[in-house]
Amino acid sequence: MSDAPILQVDTLSRHFPVRNMLGWKTGAVRALDGVSFEVRSGETLGIVGESGCGKSTLGKALVGIHPPGGGRIVFEGKDITGQSANERRAVAPKLQYCYQDPGNSLDPRWTVRRSLAEPLVVHTALTPSDRNARIAKIMQQVGLPLTHLDLYPHELSGGQQRRVGLARILTLHPRLVVLDEPTSGLDVSVQASVLMLLRELQRAFSLTYLFISHDLSVVRMMCDRVAVMYLGRIVELAPTETLFAAAKHPYSQSLLSAIPDIGGRRVTDTFTLEGEPPDPARPPSGCRFRTRCPRAAPVCAETDPALRPITPAQSAACVFA
Amino acid sequence: MALPGDNLLEVEDLRVSFATESGVAKVLDGVNLTIRPGEIMGLVGESGCGKTTLANAILGILARNARHEAGTIRFGGEDLLAMPRRRIEDEVRGRRITFIPQDPYGSFNPLFPIGTQTMEVMKWKSPHRAAGEGRGVAGFFSRYPRARRRSDAAAVSQMLRAVQIPDRDAAFVKLPHEFSGGQRQRLMIALALLPQPQLVIADEPTTALDVTIQVQILKLLKQLAKKSGVSVLFTTHDLGTAYEICDRITVMYAGQEVETAPVDDFFRRPHHPYTVRLLESLPRPGRELREIGGEIPGLISPPAGCRFHPRCARATDVCRAERPPVAALGGGHEVRCYHPIAEATPA
Repeated sequence: MSDAPILQVDTLSRHFPVRNMLGWKTGAVRALDGVSFEVRSGETLGIVGESGCGKSTLGKALVGIHPPGGGRIVFEGKDITGQSANERRAVAPKLQYCYQDPGNSLDPRWTVRRSLAEPLVVHTALTPSDRNARIAKIMQQVGLPLTHLDLYPHELSGGQQRRVGLARILTLHPRLVVLDEPTSGLDVSVQASVLMLLRELQRAFSLTYLFISHDLSVVRMMCDRVAVMYLGRIVELAPTETLFAAAKHPYSQSLLSAIPDIGGRRVTDTFTLEGEPPDPARPPSGCRFRTRCPRAAPVCAETDPALRPITPAQSAACVFA
Repeated sequence: MALPGDNLLEVEDLRVSFATESGVAKVLDGVNLTIRPGEIMGLVGESGCGKTTLANAILGILARNARHEAGTIRFGGEDLLAMPRRRIEDEVRGRRITFIPQDPYGSFNPLFPIGTQTMEVMKWKSPHRAAGEGRGVAGFFSRYPRARRRSDAAAVSQMLRAVQIPDRDAAFVKLPHEFSGGQRQRLMIALALLPQPQLVIADEPTTALDVTIQVQILKLLKQLAKKSGVSVLFTTHDLGTAYEICDRITVMYAGQEVETAPVDDFFRRPHHPYTVRLLESLPRPGRELREIGGEIPGLISPPAGCRFHPRCARATDVCRAERPPVAALGGGHEVRCYHPIAEATPA
């Protein structure tokens, strides 16, 4: 892992309008609200948070599926915010997004072969025979038999569909892959093999991963650094070991205390966090976590804490951190 | 009520198959399961292992193409499969056995307020409803006696407070979509406990929820179940969740149970090779991941003998020929394996 950032994200925001029955804009869901971080070449950066915290929007904003409303995205030293579709095409093969549910993101009426060929047709000038060679190679690398090339997505198991989803992306030799919940909905035994494959591919293709997940035990196993998100903001960013040993933000602490510890104490006996995340269209004033925070004080309603470094490696957005 | 052998529910050698286009799928093939009064029994397995089918069989809500081949489901000493449908509808389903579904989003009718839906349940399934009430003319007009309605409404208020939805009147006029997923699951728990059942079947009730909400719901369910003394059959694919809430655990693989044990014993000394490999595939700090290898077998022509043998490193000829008998290892630990792992690495 080198320290050069492959991706720099600066105060990225994305608001979705809330409209009433007449179609008038009555408010905005701030799915992303001033998110800044860096991804270093070769690392795996985990993005964790509960549903609605904006982690998927972040992944989609990075690859241009949701154009960001504000802020800057710098990929390999080049500002890619607000690029035209043509300019984007040059970047797209290097910055790829892996969908959460490959069962639904693969075309049900296309064979695996056709799905795998499509990115090559769009982004490369390979001849059909070169394409086939490339497809055969990637199939072998993701651990699928060549006989599966002529199957349709519904004929594959969930784990195999994920492998096809990955193969589709990796055939372009990307530099950075955004993995959106790569193991959600999989059984543990299948999850284990997908995680092992992801690691193997990272080595083989020297990939950088942005690993979006809500499963903290998976994140702990896979990531070098972790960013914890809550209601459109990053509330803590730290190396994985540091975060799991000494989380500074009360939300990260609560999230960590919800991981079942098999053989240890029952989490249901020790867990204390009450309530549910507030409506992202109407976030509370000041610190967004204060409505659920066990340490909330009057100052939390007034000041909106920014993400600030606690140690050189760890930053948190809490006045008490 | 007299309970033979102290079990509330005894599933014995249950075989259920489904007629499909490509053949007959033997989804449950000789399943055994017991639930004692007041315990939370975990039914753990990967998708397709038959845990939902077993839950549905107990509730008597199997799909049309299902066929009951053999076996019994004895509940409170009576065979549910031999009971007349009328009695099941009147006394058992929704009354003595209730259900918490997996998906709180799709399980309420989106068009009716929560109050209407709650009182509808109470009208038919209230513990104070007499067995024959609502038959004949009264049933035709579908009358809800006023005195019972009042006492039921009071019970509902109390239950909603217990599931931490304090304001009944505000909750009653809201439509399901106005509640968050966690709140809807709280309402589902309330609805399942209101008839004062003896057994609640919870089918992966926390899978669709966020981690922090998941813990809150588990905590609530455990606390309420222990307080009211109801038994719970808790199906899940998540071993961490099972560790949190269950008193005993049964693991299923491809339509058969393979191991049953009290929870601590289960995680400390798993004996069945499948259980051990399943625990090894959990991502846990300080341990390398190991995959099981191979795939779950198809149920139309499953492997003979022990269904895990094609993926098992310890398999021998006897495993391929015949299903292993139950071996009791003491302390309520039972395993179905010819070559159990004696001293497994403690979890």
